[in-house]
Amino acid sequence: MSFEAASLERVPVFLRDVRIRLGSRVIQDEMSFRIEDGEFIAVLGPNGAGKTTFLKLLLGQVPYEAGEVLVFGARPRRGNPKIGYSPQFRTLDANFAVRARDLVGFGLDGHRFGFAFPSRKRGKLIDQALEEVRATEYAEAAVGELSGGERQRLSLAQVLIGNPGLVLLDEPLANLDIASAQEIISLVARLCVSRKVAVMLVTHDVNPLLPHIDRVLFMANGRSAIGRPETVITRETLSSLYNHPVDVVEAGGKKFVLGVEI
Amino acid sequence: MLHSIIALYHFQFIQNALLSGIFIALGSAVVGYFLIGGGYTFAGHALPNIGFAGAAGAVLLGIKPVYGLFAMTILASAAMSGGGREVRERDVSIGVVMSFGLGLGLMFLSLYGGYAERVYSILFGTVLGITRNDVMFTAFMSLVSVCLMLFMFRPLLFVLFDPFVAEAKGVPVRLLTMLFFVVLAVTVSLAVQVVGSLLVFTMLVGPGATASRFTRKPHVAIALAALLGIAYMFTGVTLAGLSGNWPVSFFIASVSFLVYMPVRIFYRGKGKPDRFGRRVVECPIRDGFLRSGDKLKNRQAQC
Repeated sequence: MSFEAASLERVPVFLRDVRIRLGSRVIQDEMSFRIEDGEFIAVLGPNGAGKTTFLKLLLGQVPYEAGEVLVFGARPRRGNPKIGYSPQFRTLDANFAVRARDLVGFGLDGHRFGFAFPSRKRGKLIDQALEEVRATEYAEAAVGELSGGERQRLSLAQVLIGNPGLVLLDEPLANLDIASAQEIISLVARLCVSRKVAVMLVTHDVNPLLPHIDRVLFMANGRSAIGRPETVITRETLSSLYNHPVDVVEAGGKKFVLGVEI
Repeated sequence: MLHSIIALYHFQFIQNALLSGIFIALGSAVVGYFLIGGGYTFAGHALPNIGFAGAAGAVLLGIKPVYGLFAMTILASAAMSGGGREVRERDVSIGVVMSFGLGLGLMFLSLYGGYAERVYSILFGTVLGITRNDVMFTAFMSLVSVCLMLFMFRPLLFVLFDPFVAEAKGVPVRLLTMLFFVVLAVTVSLAVQVVGSLLVFTMLVGPGATASRFTRKPHVAIALAALLGIAYMFTGVTLAGLSGNWPVSFFIASVSFLVYMPVRIFYRGKGKPDRFGRRVVECPIRDGFLRSGDKLKNRQAQC
């Protein structure tokens, strides 16, 4: 570990001149930024811009071609216990009899081999995580019977029980009604503050997040921009990112990007 | 009646049938739970049929059908575990391979041209032709399979139920899936010898499907499935012994069916109350939030 890497041990994400290539296509180039403890970051961009790929880079599932990537001062690797991850797609089959608390339990010891007897301590940890996302009421319900919002909450509990320092949420708000989305957002925002966890949340609509987020990472066209929403979601920044005239309209405290797909 | 049942249990071939039945029920209960959970039940149906081709081929070559059975199921299961993750696409390819296996088996059979009793017994089982050696072998293989399954219990559940997160958590997804399929192949091959290729499903999926309607706790579901499986075996073997020459597999399959159907219909269907009086309802929660004190029961009231 270099001297610099050692001093970056407490920095959730550090990138310098990173290039990601998938096959013949360069997905992202010249990514350079760092994310601090307890920061809440929205990851935006059109489909195919590399948002999910970027999360997988941090998870050690996608290699980078150039530059340097450090997650808590170390190169990305699979199974890093400091990262909590909630994927975009899940196959939660309604026929399967696994309960909500079992799903949360996966986050605690799902990766461990060997037989384990049910223990009180384990049950308590799961109860705490469920309580934290206010999912206690349906702890015993089969996951397949729950609504999208309830599943997202379980997903959060599963992430939190691993006690991560960096949380990656891939489109947790997709397919949720406005009220459920709001609930998930305020839960995440609260956890960010109370647990000092850095959160990167991929989404297509930044508006419900605006009151809570610290910065926006906007990815498009093989490049990215990061900063406060008011500096990134602007006509100038987005136009240069997309290489195409983009208009940003503000109305009722919300931002609308015109001329391109987000 | 009772006397004739007790007399029945004195026969060694009945004892052998029951003993191997117990071990098969154990292995099937553990494997079956994951099979149902992972949505792999079709593979559980296809594997024994592919195994049939192996057994028929072995007969043709003049070697013991069991060898062909094991070889083909393990080979096919290894190939299946490498197949696509997408269930629909996977089932199509499994179906194509299965029908090819059946066709191949039929051809081997007609090429053999001799007395096909041994192949017939692969298709429908020979519960009453089991030797003590068969019992020992079944017991050993079943116990090894069960131990292996218990060892990889948590990560396998993780992989089958939540594959993307499991992968991110560093769980060896491919290795586990492959190991699971090999254990599946062994369990299927053991069960085939007793209940037959065409009826393996009754032992592999029947008890597990019934059990998981009663409980959501994985450990309890598996234990219940094992008990049910053993009960089916005992009932089937006893009834077959009493009836004279009605096949055992028929009775096992019938019991499995007769238990599952009422449970399926009367227990926890969609919109029907479960044992806690809760209903499965599709209802967007109005304010998107359940407060403490809101029981699931009250949820429908809000709708």
